[in-house]
Amino acid sequence: MITEEVMPLNYTEPIEFGKAKRKQRRKILLKGLLFLAPSIILFSIFVFYPMIRTIYLSFFLTNQAGATTVYVGLQNYMDIFTSPIFLKSLKSTFLFVLYTLPGTIILSLFLAVIANEKLKGIDFFRMIFSSSMGVSVAAASVFWMFLFHPSIGFINRGLAALGIAKIGWLTDPHWALLSVSISTIWMNIGFTFLILLGGLQSIDSHLYESAAIDGAGYFYKLRRITLPMLSPTLFFVMTVSVINAFQTFGQIDMLTKGGPSNETNLIVYGIYREAFVNYQYGSASAEAIILFIIILIMTLVQFKVGERKVHYQ
Amino acid sequence: MRLALSNKIILYLLLTLSAVILFLPILFAFFMSFMGSQDALLGKILPSHWTLENYEEAFRRLPLLRFLFNSVLISLMIMIGQLIFSSLAAYAFVFLKFKGRETLFFLFVATMMIPFEASIIPNFQTIKALNLIDTYPGLALPFLATAFGTFLLRQTFKQIPIELREASEIAGKGHFKFYLTVVLPIAKSSLVTLGIYSFLSAWNMYLWPLLSTTNDQVRTVQIGLKELQSQEQVNQWGVVMAGAMVVAIPTLILLFIGQKKLQKGLAEGALK
Repeated sequence: MITEEVMPLNYTEPIEFGKAKRKQRRKILLKGLLFLAPSIILFSIFVFYPMIRTIYLSFFLTNQAGATTVYVGLQNYMDIFTSPIFLKSLKSTFLFVLYTLPGTIILSLFLAVIANEKLKGIDFFRMIFSSSMGVSVAAASVFWMFLFHPSIGFINRGLAALGIAKIGWLTDPHWALLSVSISTIWMNIGFTFLILLGGLQSIDSHLYESAAIDGAGYFYKLRRITLPMLSPTLFFVMTVSVINAFQTFGQIDMLTKGGPSNETNLIVYGIYREAFVNYQYGSASAEAIILFIIILIMTLVQFKVGERKVHYQ
Repeated sequence: MRLALSNKIILYLLLTLSAVILFLPILFAFFMSFMGSQDALLGKILPSHWTLENYEEAFRRLPLLRFLFNSVLISLMIMIGQLIFSSLAAYAFVFLKFKGRETLFFLFVATMMIPFEASIIPNFQTIKALNLIDTYPGLALPFLATAFGTFLLRQTFKQIPIELREASEIAGKGHFKFYLTVVLPIAKSSLVTLGIYSFLSAWNMYLWPLLSTTNDQVRTVQIGLKELQSQEQVNQWGVVMAGAMVVAIPTLILLFIGQKKLQKGLAEGALK
């Protein structure tokens, strides 16, 4: 570049300048890719490739080792949608969402609202309310397995004290899904509470002050200020809860193993059994694709509705 | 908000009642882990005499120390990996403007729509093909990159004034040096939040360790607890509860220490 200085300025300058700029741009592109490379490589291997591979597998039959043997087109999909076990697992999963979502949101919201006041010792209560977030699914399942125990569990003992007959919480087909849902609500409360509390604390306190000057009561403020201002957070935790419900596995494996009579055979547990117990990778992949589509829709709804319907400060 | 005394009393009552109900499952388990098997069968809530027998028995039956060590190691690996890789990615999304950046950003968003559970079959095959079943890398690798962490840190990095970058550019600092010496120290608080969160989630993983381990050498404490529970005999609830306490207490402590940070950080990350 130094040798080029002898050339007439009006001729070289724009070109040199453009070149340098292009070079600079290429350098930044390279830097950017370098910074992003670890994540992109990991995502490619463990997220995108498996997704494509799952779609591929869902069109095949496989052998014990999981290698593809026969191309069957959409047959796996037709099979799972006529399989009573898969249909039941879809139904159970939707019921499970229905049982867990309102409970989780309402209880966590209640806890977040009462823990949002500035009181002495409030930090202690916040700690307790968020505690289930620190308890793993395996440990929480053990706690609840005991509570649900037919003869020595505290729930049935409590009922016995009231003169109500024993219930086989985890073994009776009428109760099993509900029992798993109750334990799941408990497991979810910690995280949901923490997010909602964070949302409440970011609400501008001036809103409450001016409402108080106007003589607004507690519940009026709750309905007219707290809930609308909290709506983005509420919407977020709802979507996360639904997605989590569709991904539930641990408590099923620990508490019921999908039983009794497949009542609690939620979709991920079904996929797990189909793939790693029955070694039917093809149909398990088809089930996984259905799960993927459901979660995709949920996420898109969150992005779309989340942008539109929600109050931003 | 100032509260009238009567409201305060009602509030404390509600808080206490909720706390008791919510904490009961943990409390029952805690007491049970210290009671003899007779007490458990009789339905006692508090032990008639406190004993460490259950803990001794749990550690005798299973290599719990080994499991604990494995869990700590894997959780640390995942935590450190996520912190490094997501902060690097977040830096690129904030400070490096290049063509195609938006597309790559969308790629990160897309990973959040693909649940790990739906792609578990090929992931299992990949780890198997790489001969990484029953190894620490096999347990940790699929979780080292995180879109959630990247978004969380991106939010924080965005608040760093661009003038700081310009000044460091004039001082002749490259991007990597700026990232290391300016951006990371400023974002320390968010990094701690993400660290706590990723450690907690890694410690609590269940499905992947179940699939990718077949022996006690690398097994995590969660799967250990599953083993302990499946051997449970009617009169041994205390032992299972002791195991559950060993699993739960480390993360409970971590949560109690980090609760304030988590609450702030997660709310910010959630709302973008």
